[in-house]
Amino acid sequence: MQFSRKTKISSEIPTASMPDIIFMLLVFFMVTTVLKEYSGLPVNLPKARRIEKLKSKRHTVQLWVSKEGLISIDDRLLSVDDISLVMYDKRVADPQIVVSLKGDEEAEMGLISEIHDNLRKVEALKLNYSTKTLVD
Amino acid sequence: MGKKRRFKGGEIPTSSMADIAFLLLIFFLVTTTIDTDKGLGIVLPPPGDIEIEIRKENILNCLINSQGKVLLDEEPTSVEQIHRIVGQRLRENDKLIISVKAHPKTAYNDYVRVIDQLKMANAKRISIANSN
Repeated sequence: MQFSRKTKISSEIPTASMPDIIFMLLVFFMVTTVLKEYSGLPVNLPKARRIEKLKSKRHTVQLWVSKEGLISIDDRLLSVDDISLVMYDKRVADPQIVVSLKGDEEAEMGLISEIHDNLRKVEALKLNYSTKTLVD
Repeated sequence: MGKKRRFKGGEIPTSSMADIAFLLLIFFLVTTTIDTDKGLGIVLPPPGDIEIEIRKENILNCLINSQGKVLLDEEPTSVEQIHRIVGQRLRENDKLIISVKAHPKTAYNDYVRVIDQLKMANAKRISIANSN
């Protein structure tokens, strides 16, 4: 006498909802991606231990200072006095803007100080000295 | 003889939707940069020369010369010692303001190292004097 199995256990992974899951991941990555990014100037960033992370790229302006004293914002070379003009527009568009200063190790403090003054003039007061992590 | 037209297959094929979504997903995965900018945060003073009188004992002067040597209240100090000394001074006086002043020819690296040391000492009140 043969016994026939009454219940069939399906051994398949349900794939019907897979597109939905993938779409959800897709939407997540689309929202978090910031495509606009600039390459900037070649700099050797200084190293530091007490590092804070910047909250989001959307509210960050990268200001590059090379060791030759060149200054660049958004892939445009600027003179020191132009910083206040460019930064004024940016600060009006986004009041919570943070300036990420990517300065070369060998940049001179005289120039950095002038940048400070120009940023103060347009009230772009939140500054972040971009550094690498120093590992002891 | 009545011909019955049967409506056949009025559906959009959805079997390849998962593949298309995967492709887009991979594109965004590749273009996303997770690593955010990191560095030493500082808040600049508002514009205008506002003079605030501060009692002399609440100020710690920190001078950096063009060779990267540090003078902490007239006392030559090595950079690695700053966090220890400032930390001690802050425990004695929590109203202490550290005034950092660098020579115009100072390398940016030396300045960042000093700011890092002050951050390590948990100094909240850091004042950056104009170098020029």
